[in-house]
Amino acid sequence: MIAYLTRRILFAGVLLLAVSLFTFLVFALLPTDPAALTCGKACTPERIEANRTRLGYDQPLLTQYGKFLKGIVAGRTYGEGQGEFTCGAPSLGYSFSQKDCVTSLIARTLPVTGSIAIGGFVLWMIFGIGLGMLSALKRGRWPDRLISIVSVVGLSFPTFFLALLLLFIFVIWTQILPFPSYVSPTEDFFGWCQALLLPWLTITIISSPYYIRLTRFGMLETMNEDYVRLGIAKGLKRWTVLRKYVLRSALIPIVTVAGLDFGATLGGAVFTESIFSLPGMGRLSIKAVSDSDLPVLVGTTLVAGTFIVVFNLLTDIFYGLVDPRVRIHK
Amino acid sequence: MSELVLQVKDLKVSFSTVDGVVQAVNGISFDVREGQTLGIVGESGSGKSVTASAIMGLINRNSADMSGSILLGGLDVLTAQEREIRALRGREAAMVFQDPMSALNPYYTVGKQIAEAYEVHHPKSSKKERQLIALDMLAKVGLPKPSECIDEYPHQFSGGMRQRIVIAIALVNNPRLLIADEPTTALDVTVQAQILELMMNLQQEFGSAIILITHDLGVVAEVADEVMVMYAGQTMESSKVQTLFDTPSHPYTRGLLGSVRSLDNSERGALHTIAGNPPSMISLPGGCPFHPRCEFASSMDDLCSSVQPTLRVLPTTGSESACHLNDDQLLSLGRGVIHD
Repeated sequence: MIAYLTRRILFAGVLLLAVSLFTFLVFALLPTDPAALTCGKACTPERIEANRTRLGYDQPLLTQYGKFLKGIVAGRTYGEGQGEFTCGAPSLGYSFSQKDCVTSLIARTLPVTGSIAIGGFVLWMIFGIGLGMLSALKRGRWPDRLISIVSVVGLSFPTFFLALLLLFIFVIWTQILPFPSYVSPTEDFFGWCQALLLPWLTITIISSPYYIRLTRFGMLETMNEDYVRLGIAKGLKRWTVLRKYVLRSALIPIVTVAGLDFGATLGGAVFTESIFSLPGMGRLSIKAVSDSDLPVLVGTTLVAGTFIVVFNLLTDIFYGLVDPRVRIHK
Repeated sequence: MSELVLQVKDLKVSFSTVDGVVQAVNGISFDVREGQTLGIVGESGSGKSVTASAIMGLINRNSADMSGSILLGGLDVLTAQEREIRALRGREAAMVFQDPMSALNPYYTVGKQIAEAYEVHHPKSSKKERQLIALDMLAKVGLPKPSECIDEYPHQFSGGMRQRIVIAIALVNNPRLLIADEPTTALDVTVQAQILELMMNLQQEFGSAIILITHDLGVVAEVADEVMVMYAGQTMESSKVQTLFDTPSHPYTRGLLGSVRSLDNSERGALHTIAGNPPSMISLPGGCPFHPRCEFASSMDDLCSSVQPTLRVLPTTGSESACHLNDDQLLSLGRGVIHD
């Protein structure tokens, strides 16, 4: 197990380095001149050149990448003398258009995105796995049919349309819920739930159909396994067979997908955040794209990528814990 | 006579599918007595495994149409409550599956899987007690170093070892009947012999009756007392094992025996095969299900294709045969000679 863990963690580290290099290269190879974007209408050639030197865009690519990496570890100071300013570690760069360090921009948006992701994740897993189980157990009968129809409908909704529909139904028409906003969960937990319920519902309706299908399929497939039949032939109770024999193996692939999905949602629920105008990381990225704010773009991409790599690592570790074949192999 | 363990009467099982009704088992009857080994032989799709599943109550009543009766442990498995059948499983009848590679739960140690089977019928046993029972069973089925094996996972064992573990699970509650569905088919030949020997030895020790389902006549010759030959979900012939091999009393049995190469038989020619294919279980031929492939059917006018033969006892051998040929003709099958 230790060897397995070490291997996985090392691999994740290499992967993160590759992600950082790749995002950095994309940034460097884009035809846009990052220095020209620092001052907008007020630009003069002298100013552009000054900013170029200040931000280090005049140095060779490799040096720039080295400084970028160093900034993540140790923080980074731009310019010298009067115009000097510092972005503390982990520094992901400085955004001229927002006049702020990228790290602090991300730090401000992360709780919002995190809140949306966590609540949505919990709801979609409960609905996805619960309804999937029900569907498998009632295969071919009306609950299964109903769930399958509803999930196809849910799956086919575009996020923006569904979000608007929910907004209309719950906020404008019946006025049950307030317009979504961000409330800190530590200050007002109930308010947090109420304010974010609509984004959660949106994510749940979009994501859970996939999990319903996955759970249903996994369970039905496992139910045909010989070892499940042997479990029944032993005289075990139906629920025991379901729990120890069917669910155990049917849920493993689902956890894998769930880990990756959760990691991806943490990187920003772009549509949901935009429609409900929640100041999360998804909106930050979108704004960075439309403003050609390259440092922010690199920063958010790197953070989102990191989430995926980290959750991939966590699912790998989980795999090792639940499946003895992975744990003992080699 | 020893006590009846299982009595199957006129069992019929059919499944509705999109293509039509699959008539898997079409009215078979047989008894199994204490300590006896019954071999059920037939090609793939002859209804052997369905019969085994039906006895264990493993066939979903919603998906299959079943009639007749299966008397096991004082209950009719076909009509009993799920709760009652659960009490029979493991104790009255236990099962060994064909493929040991997939029959064990990959997520639990083999010790736990044996202990779990014991716990079903000994809910008050302590964990320690179950552990000891599991160790004992592993030793009985011949696993080297049981105290190490007990904490290992199924994937750490070879196929033969896994089949031993499956047998240990099956025998842990000392069942009166052990149903072995092709227990050696997935194994290497040398391992096959070991597993068969193990089953025979354990039968001596535990006194269980065995139903051995196989398509391998060699296996039947080795271990069975009685043999039932199935074709298209029906019994073609049922005899003592020696009688079956000496004087087969059904053209189908003779065909099966003819398609096995024996060591005494030094001919090097091609093996005899039974012409044609087994019938589709959705549209069985009328009359005797074997008649389209039977070399004698043409000499019987239309009898074989119109009237389904019933099992009758042949007085000289004591075998039962479902064939329209007369007694003398059936008796001469073993000599390979037939009088027109």
